[in-house]
Amino acid sequence: MNNPQLNKHGELQHLLTTEGLPVRIVRDILDKAATFVDVSDGHEIKKVPLLHGKSVFNVFFENSTRTRTTFEIAAKRLSADVVNLNIASSSTSKGETLLDTVDNLCAMHADMFVVRHAQSGAAHFIARHVAPEIHVINAGDGRHAHPTQALLDMFTIRHYKKEFHNLRVAIVGDVLHSRVARSQIHALSTLGVPEVRVIAPKTLLPTLVENLGVQVYHDMAQGLRDVDVVLMLRLQHERMQGAALPSAQEYFKYYGLTEEKLAYAKPDAIVMHPGPMNRGVEIDSRVADGPHSMILPQVTFGIAVRMAVMSILAGNA
Amino acid sequence: MNIHIKNGRLIDPKNNIDALRDVFIAAGKIAAIGTAPSGFVADRVLDASGLIVAPGLIDLAARLREPGYEYMATLESEMEAAVAGGITSLACPPDTDPPLDEPGLVEMLKHRARNLNQARVYPVAALTSGLKGQELTEMAELVDAGCVAFSQADAPLTDTRVLMRAMQYAATFGFSVWLRPQDNFLAKDGVAHDGEVATRCGLAAIPVCAETIALATMLTLARETGVKLHICRLSSAAGVEMIRAAKQQGLAVTCDVSINHVHLSEMDIGFFDPNCHLIPPLRSLRDRAALRAGLLDGTIDAICSDHTPVDEDAKQLPFAEAEAGATGLELLLPLVLKWVQQDNLALSEALAKVTLQPARILGLDAGHLSVGAAADVCVFNPDTYWKVEPGALKSQGKNTPFNGLEVQGKVRFTLIDGKLVYQTQAAF
Repeated sequence: MNNPQLNKHGELQHLLTTEGLPVRIVRDILDKAATFVDVSDGHEIKKVPLLHGKSVFNVFFENSTRTRTTFEIAAKRLSADVVNLNIASSSTSKGETLLDTVDNLCAMHADMFVVRHAQSGAAHFIARHVAPEIHVINAGDGRHAHPTQALLDMFTIRHYKKEFHNLRVAIVGDVLHSRVARSQIHALSTLGVPEVRVIAPKTLLPTLVENLGVQVYHDMAQGLRDVDVVLMLRLQHERMQGAALPSAQEYFKYYGLTEEKLAYAKPDAIVMHPGPMNRGVEIDSRVADGPHSMILPQVTFGIAVRMAVMSILAGNA
Repeated sequence: MNIHIKNGRLIDPKNNIDALRDVFIAAGKIAAIGTAPSGFVADRVLDASGLIVAPGLIDLAARLREPGYEYMATLESEMEAAVAGGITSLACPPDTDPPLDEPGLVEMLKHRARNLNQARVYPVAALTSGLKGQELTEMAELVDAGCVAFSQADAPLTDTRVLMRAMQYAATFGFSVWLRPQDNFLAKDGVAHDGEVATRCGLAAIPVCAETIALATMLTLARETGVKLHICRLSSAAGVEMIRAAKQQGLAVTCDVSINHVHLSEMDIGFFDPNCHLIPPLRSLRDRAALRAGLLDGTIDAICSDHTPVDEDAKQLPFAEAEAGATGLELLLPLVLKWVQQDNLALSEALAKVTLQPARILGLDAGHLSVGAAADVCVFNPDTYWKVEPGALKSQGKNTPFNGLEVQGKVRFTLIDGKLVYQTQAAF
């Protein structure tokens, strides 16, 4: 089976998932992103004309403000023309098929699609059907993948921890429904992190998750012990309805990240969250706003990482 | 018309024949095997040198999509596909629109099929009205109209009291009930086996216990009611083990598996191939091995195509949204032959799973070539290799996970009631 993300020269054609993404490409993206971060001036992101004359279509079949905005900023910093299409509220509700929508967008001469869709595999599906000169970036497909989020997390980890080969990382929360967690797990193992843990009740873990190369914990005190990085996941409110959890209060008591629980981790541990956060559900405000939290730098670095992905794709025409 | 099929290798599992034997057909029936009956003059001689002469295939699950889904397939297209695949009899599930729950609908289907003069169609009627799982259909009337069994197809029947009553009522008349075991709550929204691939791909999963829990209910109720129970589309190793145990305990249950599940596993989903979105879901390699073992030891009685033609638009969607199912009528025989080759089986034993055994499940005296039997015959070349190209299939459904696969076995002649209904040219 061909890797649908790579062109015949082994270069990045689409960014669909971190699974099977060669480590040289991951490092390229992180290195490139670093060139966009002006460390002398806070974490200011530079403006460069690398995508001048190109058009980037943000095609969102599922609502999102934050991810769409950061992609938009990233494209604009690269001097691309940006078109935002919120399809969740337009074409498909009028009965147009996904394929028709994609064909129409291709006819508008897009160079790049940034796609978010509620169905796992939607980005692969779209990448299979677009014209060969168009690049697809997966901005989240169902429970499957959210590669730019994982890459910005890797960037953030590298920024603060420098190396990957000596880290212990814990991913906490709703792994079952999380595209972020899946992409993080693949990216962490690609970069050589020796120990990745997941911590959650059994109702929020997918079957055979250990086959992805993670160690499974159900208890925060044990799971967080001596970790260097804590990656928190967002808990969707609808999990209370499907009998996955009894209540947000009980979840917070046993799995919410508080200062007391964070004390099990290494003293210099960093805490990250893909946002938007549910304060008092998966994370306590004192942690979210505390000295270990790298949640806001994540957002800034996210722009640089998305710029890196877009400029690398544009260079692999 | 008298037909003489000469020089072929006759394989007839029922009569335990696997030898070079000529077949003589007169008045639509098998007149003799080996030597011509006295005074036999052939109107037509079919040269079967290098070919296998077998009973016509009998398929326990072929969706013809009529009435209601003619945009997906029609009786004309699918009956042509059937005979091109060497299938001379097929049972069609009741999940049409409207479902086959009234005698009038069944009569119309039988009538339409008869006029096409091709494969024999055996409708399986809805067990409950509208397949809604609430009220019983008029079973005796439906049998009078030509139904051979009763099923829920893939529609849920969650009320176990209704299920028990339906079985009791069917048992009253000696009717068969065909059920696919799946707990509706556990399978809710699921599109893939609850295993490594669904976890990796982030697909909503259907656990094996969705099959085994439903199976336990069905087997328990079959013991309780004495109904003739046939289990459709078994998918898991645990399910095979339960059927094996039930048979050992003397329960007269039968079961089938789809040819897709004999060959494929969750791994074939790859990068979200919507053609691998099947019902039941493709399970693990271990499950596939158990299904094959179950076929060999007789736990699984029959293999069906589970033919489900789907229009292209309905498959051109992300995995979960794509309509489930695969076209299968023309691939059943080649895929059975592939299984024979892969597991080094006796051809006769494998062909019994698509001829004699399904006939027994249907309660038909068919699937064999005894003297006096209807001359439903499939003559095929086992050594012709060909590549599956969806566009070349006669079925209106081009949806197949086997797209591009090299398979072996090409039908040369299909006869029904001694009439040649399909033939291809000899390959030189």
